[in-house]
Amino acid sequence: MTDILVPLPIVLSLGAAALSLGLGRRPRVQRALGLATLAVLLGVSIALLVAVADGSVIATRIGGWGAPIGIVLALDLMAALMLTVSLVVLLIVLVFTIGAPRPIDQARFFYPVYMVLAAGVAACFLTADLFNLYVAFEVALTASYVLIAVGRSREQVRHGITYVVISLLASTLFISAIALTYAATGTVNLADLAVKLREVEPGLRMALGSLFLVVFGIKAAIFPLFFWLPDSYPIAPAPVTAIFAGLLTKIGVYAIIRSQSLLFAGPDTSGFLLTVAGLTMLVGVLGAIAQDDVMRILSFHIVSQIGYLIFGLGLLTLAGLSATVFSAIHHILITTTLFLVGGLIELATGTGALRHLGGLIRTKPALAVLFMITALSFAGVPPFSGFLAKLAVIQAGLEVGANLTVGVGLLVSILTVFSMMKIWGGVFWGDPEDSEAHDRARSRRLPPVMIGVTTVAVVLGLGIAVAAGPIYDLSERAAANLVDPTQYLAAVLQ
Amino acid sequence: MILSLVVTVMVLYGVGTYLLLQRHLTRVVIGLSVITHAANLLLLLGGNPGRAPLAGSGTGVVADPLPQALALTAIVITFGVSALLLAFAYRSWQITSSDEVEDDVEDRRIAALAAVSGLTDEEVMDAEDIGEAAG
Repeated sequence: MTDILVPLPIVLSLGAAALSLGLGRRPRVQRALGLATLAVLLGVSIALLVAVADGSVIATRIGGWGAPIGIVLALDLMAALMLTVSLVVLLIVLVFTIGAPRPIDQARFFYPVYMVLAAGVAACFLTADLFNLYVAFEVALTASYVLIAVGRSREQVRHGITYVVISLLASTLFISAIALTYAATGTVNLADLAVKLREVEPGLRMALGSLFLVVFGIKAAIFPLFFWLPDSYPIAPAPVTAIFAGLLTKIGVYAIIRSQSLLFAGPDTSGFLLTVAGLTMLVGVLGAIAQDDVMRILSFHIVSQIGYLIFGLGLLTLAGLSATVFSAIHHILITTTLFLVGGLIELATGTGALRHLGGLIRTKPALAVLFMITALSFAGVPPFSGFLAKLAVIQAGLEVGANLTVGVGLLVSILTVFSMMKIWGGVFWGDPEDSEAHDRARSRRLPPVMIGVTTVAVVLGLGIAVAAGPIYDLSERAAANLVDPTQYLAAVLQ
Repeated sequence: MILSLVVTVMVLYGVGTYLLLQRHLTRVVIGLSVITHAANLLLLLGGNPGRAPLAGSGTGVVADPLPQALALTAIVITFGVSALLLAFAYRSWQITSSDEVEDDVEDRRIAALAAVSGLTDEEVMDAEDIGEAAG
């Protein structure tokens, strides 16, 4: 029965996108349609999460054709967790956008494209086929190309081009990697590949693994392939940046986790992944410290935090992977919230440059509270969820004896706090440095819907810390499925 | 037969990479589509190219149809994205009336700041003004 539900996230959001495109002149109906679809899908994904919570895997054969010929969608606990958190975030950001005082430019196209993005992200999590993963990436990315340049301004076009070119290059590399994999094994089905790759020569296997790591590494923005991210993300409208920050890099991380754990797992990749993780954390946070614009600082922090996710994966242990799954859940929600707060700062003052800001705590105390809670959680200060995520990663690292990377992780954590304090000191404390921005912040009332939905996001973030026990149990079970993919293979190949 | 295909793929990757590294947007777009062609041909290489296509109920050895299907899908996707990229290039030309990729203003400002590190606070303030003027 539940296997009918698995394709729904893709089908319903694409259907809603098509319908929404036809309703271009009725923005209210478009909004209601978007909200209703995402709400229904959230219900579906929670039902699916409950169904796989025991660690089972549901596979749906599209058109009744079995693997390896047919298209198979598979849902394990990892995918179900990611899908649920993503839908929560998509829903929050949609409400945030609807609450904005001035509608987003080209709003007629915004809602359909947003639904396409949702479909692409869902498809990335659900597919059990390498080529369909490519298609799903393209669906999500094409939607993101439109969203990043939605205002058509000079800045957006300039940075949008960088973003499209680098993504398109990564996609082309992806096709090349699929071509080589198919030539070597004769299949693109993930489960079938997992079996057949074992017989492939180790050198070739390693080469294919590295190629996929580069492809997904560009999308996930790991060192040294992250340079496009801080350049392009801050340019988009605030809600769009928030959804990109929360979801788009995470589907890259998800693809890395899936491919490395299922296809290319082996002790020889561990050292390399740990080095990449350490450098990603360090270079990201140092880049953030050098910036003085709120959105750009936060964009560099996305990169830095990706390092922690790769760190857990690189340990190749159950504890490491559990920490990665838990961190991913925390990270999708908290990063999005942080960017929503950043968007509210820009909306209140008209600028994100630290040198023009200051003293915002006097005019917007609620905003200061929202930022403080989210920033502390993001940096990993107890008792927030970020602390638990980092604690889990570091404990797992110490178990294996990856002391150097653990040291880097702790150092980066301190630097992250420093960077958050820089925003705090520049934006909220001190005297207003620019009377224009200060007057604007005093006279302008932030829309209650935007403040409200950001508060909901912050409360959900706190909820992760409160319910950390059960969520960590789920993450551990999801990681167990990743470490030992027998069930995944059986369900897909059945 | 196979060798000629291999050489074609190699040349296409090389030419595409060269074009991609140029500053002119049109060349970048053309470079990307050339690389995509290379990738599509590479897909075909994986499926016994040179044999008869899968058609009708003919017997005998046929080429593997799956890479052909994959290549078709990939072509359609890159077609769409290339069209979008051309629209970007056109919009960029409309705004700046030049075909070159611009420098990032914020990068230049921070580079200007880094160049004067080690100066007194007042001098850094001056440098910030210069940086802003550059931006």
